[in-house]
Amino acid sequence: MSNSKILANGVDVYYGSKQALFGISMDIKEKEVTALIGPSGCGKSTFLRCINRMNDLIEICKVSGSIKVDNEEIISEKTDVVSLRSKIGMVFQKPNPFPKSIFDNVAYGPTIHGLVDSKNELEEIVHSSLKKAGLFDEVKDRLNEPGTSLSGGQQQRLCIARAIAVNPEIILMDEPCSALDPIATAIIEELIDELRLNYTIIIVTHSMQQAARVSQKTCFFHLGELIETGETNKIFTNPDNTKTQDYITGRFG
Amino acid sequence: MFFWSLVLIAVGIFSSFIYGRSRIKLNSKKQGTKSKSLPNYYAQYVLMWCLFPALIVYFSWAIFQEQIIQNIVISNFEFIEGAVYNEGLLLAEIRNVANNPSFADGKSIEIINAASHYSSLRQISQISFYTSIIIIMLLGALYASQKLKPEFHAQHTIEKYIQYILIFCSSVAIFTTIGIVFSLIFESLRFFAEVSIFEFLFSTEWYPFIPIREGQTAAEGSFGAVPIFAGTFLVMVVAMCVAVPLGLLTAIYLAEYASQRVRKIVKPLLEILAGIPTIVYGFFAFVSVAPFVKAFGQSIGIDASPTSALAAGMVMGVMIIPFISSLSDDVINSVPQSLREASLGIGANKAETIKKVILPAALPGIVGAFLLAISRAIGETMIVVVAAGTAPNLTGNPFENVTTVTVQIVVALIGDQEFDNPRTLSAFALGLVLFVITLFLNIIALQIVKRYRERYE
Repeated sequence: MSNSKILANGVDVYYGSKQALFGISMDIKEKEVTALIGPSGCGKSTFLRCINRMNDLIEICKVSGSIKVDNEEIISEKTDVVSLRSKIGMVFQKPNPFPKSIFDNVAYGPTIHGLVDSKNELEEIVHSSLKKAGLFDEVKDRLNEPGTSLSGGQQQRLCIARAIAVNPEIILMDEPCSALDPIATAIIEELIDELRLNYTIIIVTHSMQQAARVSQKTCFFHLGELIETGETNKIFTNPDNTKTQDYITGRFG
Repeated sequence: MFFWSLVLIAVGIFSSFIYGRSRIKLNSKKQGTKSKSLPNYYAQYVLMWCLFPALIVYFSWAIFQEQIIQNIVISNFEFIEGAVYNEGLLLAEIRNVANNPSFADGKSIEIINAASHYSSLRQISQISFYTSIIIIMLLGALYASQKLKPEFHAQHTIEKYIQYILIFCSSVAIFTTIGIVFSLIFESLRFFAEVSIFEFLFSTEWYPFIPIREGQTAAEGSFGAVPIFAGTFLVMVVAMCVAVPLGLLTAIYLAEYASQRVRKIVKPLLEILAGIPTIVYGFFAFVSVAPFVKAFGQSIGIDASPTSALAAGMVMGVMIIPFISSLSDDVINSVPQSLREASLGIGANKAETIKKVILPAALPGIVGAFLLAISRAIGETMIVVVAAGTAPNLTGNPFENVTTVTVQIVVALIGDQEFDNPRTLSAFALGLVLFVITLFLNIIALQIVKRYRERYE
């Protein structure tokens, strides 16, 4: 049994006066893929965005409770959000490369964090990140072309490369395949499987097949509450809660 | 006269509408079928046929009546052998006598006769004007009422007419623009017939005073517009030095840092700044800023003149801040949120995100905003008339008096000169240059803004 990487305890989230999450408590283990599933609007993305404090960007959003990453409280005024976010990479629903070259897209993170001292070092990081994201062979001859010129699936892998270039420990993925075709999706899923060896991954997905394929743990959200959490195998074959049962068998959602 | 005709037309509109409405109801009742459109459309149909022909008659009468009457009066006027007449003065005299009989004392019998001829012609014209308006309205209504049958699609026809009206309205602006451009070009050609275009564009001496009377021993004027363009450029540079940093930083603050509440207050306030009449800026520049600039110049040992490029440019810069900030704010806001999230998600802080991601992405649009602001600054008149001075100095020193294209146009057109000497005509040449410059700036700016928009939408 590996160590607990993220420990959430009683997390409430309000958008204005509307409560979006009700006392979420969760234990996420290191170097595992945890899938968050549930019907639209159930709060799974909201929870994901609490982990790297992305909800700070939304003025009316208030988060309370406790989330500990490596035993350090992050829901606090004192949290250094910048270093938190460099430790927790994020991949978004829609591929969002910067309107810069492929190289600069990946080089962005290492440059702003001062991770490199020389051009060679930077090049090395960019190349290795692209390799880890399984994109290097496809783009090695055109690193100076704009990142936006790639196909959707390639763009998403570029975003993954950009996220891992700053050497994070955790990667959050917010429906990373929902804008992609099945082949690109299969490539990303394979990639997630490889990344699991080095990173703790939390993935929000609408596709239960995807959750079943890539994750070891699955958490089922419904109407802002965490209904059930457990081994993926168990959740999909023999869930404890009838709501989970109903959802995975397609009776609602 | 024209007031009562407006009343007449208003009565026509009202009664034709009522008539059309009741008539179609009656007709459809008679035939026992429902009309294809609502009764109001038939009423509008009658109204339009009643109104528009009458309006055409109305306006052509208003435009041509006086001209025609004057021509008739003049052509029947019995000219006295040997006397010299100026046609304009003669007409004025005849009109005076006709409008006010007490002026007739001491006027020649020819003029008194012509005056009574003029009055009687006007009376005839007036009567026939009313008659023709009434007849035209009746004819229009009559024509329309013949179509008032339930199977007639009044709504389709009305929509077609409305489309014609809209086309007419939009073409008014377009044709006015074309007319202005052509008048600029033709008057400029007249100017360039007297002053060579090379002198105008490349010579550095602007001294637009030419002998007014023949034989007057004034110096020949010279029309080198270089100092004027230089002055315009200098004022513009000063204005942009003020407006670009302030406007851009304001935009960044509003778009990225300000809370919704602050934004809601500050943005309208800035837009009020854009609504201040420029003459108000002008006297602010002259009364407050120019003395300050002069004092400041003296304190650092520069001899500043009471009106200066610096004073005018600074105030102009303040004037165009809202253009830059408002447009840049829109552009920065239209950078997709996902780019912000991507950058922040890697652990960039806000400043890095703005500097390295948002501004580069928004740059084309921001440049477009700058160009629009520049063309606004170049075309600005009142501030520079009041605060920059009128001396055509070729200088790079912003503490000195300079003059701009717009100021020289004002100077050239003030006074009672005929429109046939180079001094007055130079206004058109300057105007043409100004027009071409701002046109190009606007085209480039809009092109840049457009290309940028396409990338993200």
